[in-house]
Amino acid sequence: MASGIKDKVVILGMGCSKFGERWESSPADLMVEAFEECLNDAGIERNQIEAAWFGAGIDAFNVGSSAMPMSIALKLNYIPVTKVENMCATGTEAFRGAVYAVASGACDIALALGVEKLKDTGYGGLPQRTRGVENDMYWPNLSAPGAFAQLASGYRAKHKVNSDDLKRAMAHVSVKSHANGAKNPKAHLQREITEEQAINAPYIAEPIGLFDCCGVSDGSACAIVTTPEIAKSLGKENLVAVKALQLAVSNGTESGHASWDGSYLKTTRIASQRAYDEAGIRRPKEEVTMTEVHDCFSITELVTMEDLQLADEGKGVKDVLDGAFDAEGSNPCQIDGGLKCFGHPIGASGLRMLYENYLQLQGRAGARQLSDPRLGLNHNLGGFPHQNICSISIVGPYG
Amino acid sequence: MKGITAYGVYFPRLRLNRQAMVEANAWFDSSLKGLGKGERSICNWDEDTITMAVEAGIDCLSALQDKSLSGLNLASTTAPFVDRQNSVLVAEAMNLNSQIRTMDIGSSQRAATSALIAGLESARLGNDMMIAAEHRRTKAGSRAEMLWGDGAAALTVGDDEVIAQCLAVATNAVDFVDHYRGEGSDFDYDWEERWIRDEGFMKIVPEAVSAVLESAGRVAAEIDHFILPTDQARTPAALAKQLGISPDAVVDNQIASVGVAGAAQPLILLAKALESALPGQLILLLGFGQGCDAILFQTTDRIERCRPDRGLSGALKNRREETNYHKFLSFNNLVERDIGKRGEVDKQTFLSGFNRRKDLLTGFIGGKCRACGTVQIPREKYCVNPECQALDSQDNFSFANQPGTVLTWTADRLTFDWSPPAYFGMVQFECGGKLMMDFTEVEEGTIDSGSRVSVHFRIRQFDAQRGFRKYFWKAVVES
Repeated sequence: MASGIKDKVVILGMGCSKFGERWESSPADLMVEAFEECLNDAGIERNQIEAAWFGAGIDAFNVGSSAMPMSIALKLNYIPVTKVENMCATGTEAFRGAVYAVASGACDIALALGVEKLKDTGYGGLPQRTRGVENDMYWPNLSAPGAFAQLASGYRAKHKVNSDDLKRAMAHVSVKSHANGAKNPKAHLQREITEEQAINAPYIAEPIGLFDCCGVSDGSACAIVTTPEIAKSLGKENLVAVKALQLAVSNGTESGHASWDGSYLKTTRIASQRAYDEAGIRRPKEEVTMTEVHDCFSITELVTMEDLQLADEGKGVKDVLDGAFDAEGSNPCQIDGGLKCFGHPIGASGLRMLYENYLQLQGRAGARQLSDPRLGLNHNLGGFPHQNICSISIVGPYG
Repeated sequence: MKGITAYGVYFPRLRLNRQAMVEANAWFDSSLKGLGKGERSICNWDEDTITMAVEAGIDCLSALQDKSLSGLNLASTTAPFVDRQNSVLVAEAMNLNSQIRTMDIGSSQRAATSALIAGLESARLGNDMMIAAEHRRTKAGSRAEMLWGDGAAALTVGDDEVIAQCLAVATNAVDFVDHYRGEGSDFDYDWEERWIRDEGFMKIVPEAVSAVLESAGRVAAEIDHFILPTDQARTPAALAKQLGISPDAVVDNQIASVGVAGAAQPLILLAKALESALPGQLILLLGFGQGCDAILFQTTDRIERCRPDRGLSGALKNRREETNYHKFLSFNNLVERDIGKRGEVDKQTFLSGFNRRKDLLTGFIGGKCRACGTVQIPREKYCVNPECQALDSQDNFSFANQPGTVLTWTADRLTFDWSPPAYFGMVQFECGGKLMMDFTEVEEGTIDSGSRVSVHFRIRQFDAQRGFRKYFWKAVVES
């Protein structure tokens, strides 16, 4: 019987580039920026890394295919490097590779790095790209906001929520994240906004307005992982351990079978329950003290809080408006500013979210530091509400 | 000889207000002011000759008891493919069987009547469908732009359950060049209207009419419905007078409401006459273009029982006013619009991939699981029902006539669309299948979760680089 990943692997070091419109920086520059911080934090030499996982989401606008761009950029020592791509779960997927490698005993020290260069397209929003030969022939030309806006219509219909109330709760989600992001020097967007601004912003995809959308930016983040024993032997204290690492991938039920009503994220419900089981969490609302969730759009965050069991089903609007997920609330969410303020360089996001939880658990989050962080949950959702990949990682103090 | 057994009609829902056209163009040609009354039908960006033909064909089938056809002909001077048989595509979108005889007829404004004559004289058993559809491009600010419209009609021709018996046919083939569209040209080039009337209509038509009446042993005064398709508003009445046909018999060309639909106009007006005709009445149908076709019909007792779902009156009623002339220019590629970088994405169709999924893409065929009964689209190797997942268990199941409701939706202003915002969302079909689909013809504020929809064959994308266009089915909210 498998025992799960809990406490088998710890984070030796992490790094995160400044996120933003990095017109001056190539993907390699971003990778090196995150990697240098990570190496210094880990206190090891590059040659001690035995295997690496490289996450990059969109080849066409990034570094191209294969793991070579990372090996070349970081001058890795001809070690095995694996390229991974799993939409917005790519960063966590890279982390999963490295963690599993260490947990298996195949290597002692492994690296996971994600990078995305989104701002070489010449236009705003995520790049328009192919969905494959067959899908392109009949799928709507849906943009990311267009895909997730449908979640709002499904949620409204299911829970009989008034459009204005939902829009106000969505605005609160963004206002909260901007308030958090304003305290984060690495965030792309570092200014506060008002609820009125969010509500009155022009529609991108009804009912998603401009401020309901996360930013679009360039960035990179990385982690070096090892066993608790090696970390201790290197003199590390306050070890941050992996408690759970889960992935749930749609199998076509949501998109093609009447059992899904479009009001929630099925994969998030499945992956989070598995993660709670793996981490031994019985009461998520009390035990998970901070979350970094996939707030590609404000509605996604609101619905996700229910799917993670941090809000009761149908009560997300009320909890959001009551401030449950604000910095001072019972379950602070996006304490670093979230995708909302960091933007969403696809390959990097999962590791960027982990970076915040890592800093918080080590008491190194500066102006954003929470008073008593215990378990931190990271959630990514790649794809669309009807077909997606959900990744969940939970980290906390070792032991 | 055979007769008509059913008919169907389609006009695009959008009707461009002619006053808006005049306001945009009278600075250049003040004579257009005299034509600024009423409205004309215009194809939405995702409609063309093919999609209108499918709509008209489906409407026609709705009036037939026996829906098996032996042939399908498509008449048009604006078929989107020069070498890819357009009628086959129409037949596949209508889910007709592949043994059907198909043929495209073009090159003339009397293409439809010539095809109809061939069908009436054919010895083939069963019903042949004749569809005529037209979507002509016109130069901005032209008289043609003011007077023409887009539309389609379909007829079936057969021996059984005839609603209008053909009594006689005649043709007067004359290379009278009132207008032409040469190779590589987008637009017609025409000659003076008065000359066309005097030397064309008034001289060429009477010979055909005399021949057909003589052949049938009838006289002009007996004709109850006189159809002369033309954009010359006064010419039908003038000809009727010259021929001795009652002025009350003249079938109006509908210039005020939809405009003249080119090669489709004869069949549209025939459908119009059939819709109002009483049993035993005579209908004289003419087709004018490099001569004249004349076909004389007499309605039967069955005429009053033939009622397609839409018909001419339903097609006229399916209407939404459009007052933005620029939209019309854009939809017809008459102005080079800045479509933004998202519009630049390559839209190549990988033909082998298209061919693999043609049942889905053209026929809108999904599957029904023999093991659990779940209806689904697209059809995949394993059943989508999580409790079943049987392998290779699905029979073909057509979604083309299935009603559904909107489960989720949005109006996307970020993605590229020829008429933003792009509406799309999840459609839950009453039969059980579910699919994310584009919505078309959406009026702002009229769509929500729970709205009822029907599905329609439309253009999905243009590949301008390679001269190809993709079609697929879209949902339309029922009003």
